[in-house]
Formats: sequence, C-alpha cells, structure tokens
Amino acid sequence: MPQIAQLAETWSSQVFWLLIFFGITFFVIGRGMVPKVMNTVAERDSQIAGDLAAAKAARDAADAQEEAWRVKENENRAAAQAIVAKAKDEAAAKSEAKLKAAQTRLDKKLADAELRIAEARTAALTEVESVAVEAAQDIVATLAGVKVTKPTAAKAVKEAMTHG
Amino acid sequence: MVAEPAKVDPMKQFAIEPIAGTQGWELAGFNIAFTNSAMWMLVTTVVLFLFVLGGMKRELVPGRWQMMVETFTGFIDNMLEANIGKEGRKYVPYVFSLFMFILIANLLGLLPLGLVGIHPFTFTSHFTVTGVLAIISFSIVLLVGFWKHGLHFFSLFVPHGTPIAMVPVIAPIEFISFMVRPFSLALRLFVAMMAGHVLLKVLSSFVIDGTNAGLGFGALVGLPSFILMIGISALEILVAGIQAYVFALLTSLYINDAEHLH
Repeated sequence: MPQIAQLAETWSSQVFWLLIFFGITFFVIGRGMVPKVMNTVAERDSQIAGDLAAAKAARDAADAQEEAWRVKENENRAAAQAIVAKAKDEAAAKSEAKLKAAQTRLDKKLADAELRIAEARTAALTEVESVAVEAAQDIVATLAGVKVTKPTAAKAVKEAMTHG
Repeated sequence: MVAEPAKVDPMKQFAIEPIAGTQGWELAGFNIAFTNSAMWMLVTTVVLFLFVLGGMKRELVPGRWQMMVETFTGFIDNMLEANIGKEGRKYVPYVFSLFMFILIANLLGLLPLGLVGIHPFTFTSHFTVTGVLAIISFSIVLLVGFWKHGLHFFSLFVPHGTPIAMVPVIAPIEFISFMVRPFSLALRLFVAMMAGHVLLKVLSSFVIDGTNAGLGFGALVGLPSFILMIGISALEILVAGIQAYVFALLTSLYINDAEHLH
C-alpha cells in the first residue's frame, strides 16, 4: 500500500503541494470568483423580484383605474336616469295640466249649453203658454161669444197644461 | 506458446513518483518533489478554475455553462443555509472550494486516460491529502467555536437535557466522538476512493488474465468481470459525487455545531 509504504518520503511534498493548490483554489476561486457568481444570481433574483413587483403595481393601477371608471360610469348612468325620469315627470305633469284645463273648458261649455237649452225650453214654454192663452181667448170668443179676460184664460190654460 | 502472465498490481496506481528531476526539491529540509500527485492537484485546480471562469460571464439570462456553475454555487449555498442558517453564507467560499476540489479530483481520477498513455492519479485516495483537508475543516470548526463562544464552546460536550448525574459519562463520550471527526472525515473519503479504484483494477486483472488463459476462461471470467466493471465504473462516478458531498455536508454540520453549539 503506497500510501503507507511511501509515507515517510512523500508526506511533506503531498502536504506542501496540497496547501499550495488548495490555497489557490480557495483564495482565487472560492474567495475571488464564487462571490461574483453568487452576486450575479442575487442580482438576477432581485431584478426578477423587481420586475414582478412592477408588473403587480401596474396591474393594481389598472384595476384601480377600472374601478374608478366603473364608479364614474355608474354615476353617469344614474345621472342620466335621473334626467330621463325628471323629464318624464315634467312631461306627465304638463300633459295632466293640459288635460285638466281642457276638461274644465269642456265642462264649462257643457254647462253653458245645458243652461242655454234650459233657458230656451223655458222661453219656448212661456211662448207656448201665451200662444195658448191667446188661442184660448180667441176660441172662446169665437165659439161662445164670450169675452174672457187674459188672466182667466191664462189660469185655465195653466190648469189644462199641468193636468195634461 | 504460453501467454506471459500479466502483471496487474492493483496498488501501483497509488504509487507516487516525482516528475522529471524534481526528486531533490527541498524546502526547509522537507522534500517537496513535484510528484504525479501534485500534478493532478494542479490539473484539478486548473479544471476547476476554467469551469468557474466559464460561469463568470455575469449575464442576466445565463447560458448553459453559467447555469451549471450557478447551480453548483447555489447548491452549496442552499446546503449551508439549510444546515447553518444565514451565518452559513460566509462559509460558501471554503465549502465550495472543498466540494469542487474533491469532486473534480475524484472524477479526474476515474477518467480512462490510461488509454492514451496518461495515468490519472486520484490524490483523494491518499490519507495524507484527505487528512490535511479534514484537519483544515476541523481547525475551522475549532477556531470558529472558540472565537464565537470562548470556553463556553466546551458545553458542546454536554447535550441539552442531560441529567447532571449523567454528565461525567456523557461528556467523555461526546468528547471522543468530537475528536474522532477529523479521522472519520479523512478516512471515509480515502477508503471510498481507494476501494473503488482497487476493485476496478482487480476486476481488470480478471479480464486480462482470464482472457489470456484461453477462450473458455475469457468467456467465463473475463466477460462477466468486464460487464461488472462497466457497472462499477458508473457506481464509482456516483461515489465520487457522494463522497465529495458527504465531506462538504459533514464539514457544514460541524461548522454548525461551532456556530450554534447544540
């Protein structure tokens, strides 16, 4: 087993060269290069984290804007509906008032007409009565040769008219 | 004509040979010959450097290579964060170096480069090497532990809720299990790597000797051994990764003890 057989003559050279080369490995590669490699990894990680954070912030901003837009849209819609409702109410009120005025006018016209009809009837009746009185005087004078005074004739006519 | 018996020595792959004329290099009286082992440490370092360099493009959208490097650093980072917590991040350079150094060494040792005349040497199959790595890890645990908690670090040996009467019994056991850690850390890796490589070599000697002994032996011994080798090679790749992972994971668990006690 050379490890033991050659130990006495080779151990110092083994230890020496191992310390030299492992020392180079440690100081040049381990201390010098590895931290740079790890920094690169750390930088990349932080860049990715930063990018992700920026993307998230952008998404949040977009969400907020959409939310704001939605609120505004809803307000606008409500305002529009309010305007429409108001206009509708106004139009309804106006037409109602117009209808009422028209109705009043019609009612008045109707009432006037009825009044006129009643007057006309009364006048007609009065005329019929006076005509009947005169006729009754004439008939009595002609037939019986009796002169009847007007009030008497009027009284008789009124009696006959009320009894039919 | 008798076929010459093949000489497959399963242990030769672990032999250390100085490379061209460096045999006599010395530093303060210690031999520091540049051996094949040192050569493969150099190769491992270069391969790891090139691998991580490919991941340094620092692009926002990573390519495949950068993705791969970042997967490894992220893997170590997650492991430390899961085992130690936020304080674990400062150990990423060390644990990453440890994990990748062992992983690449293990994998390079498995490459079939012998086919082109280069003999891979798995230096993680030497307990001298794994021992040094384990001692470094263990030293970090001790330093961090005493730095953060001072002498309070010794309360590590008395788990929460231990009855007072049991402390004299529990504490030595905990102490021993603590002191065994660097050995278990070093031996686990060394044994796993060595065992796998010896097994592959032994099987390959079955293939060679069996086939040389004739068609019958070749079909009876060589072929099944060869098929088994393919499976075990795949298993060894898995073991290479698992052992590197276990070494790094245990190191992070021990550092967690030092950071948080119990």
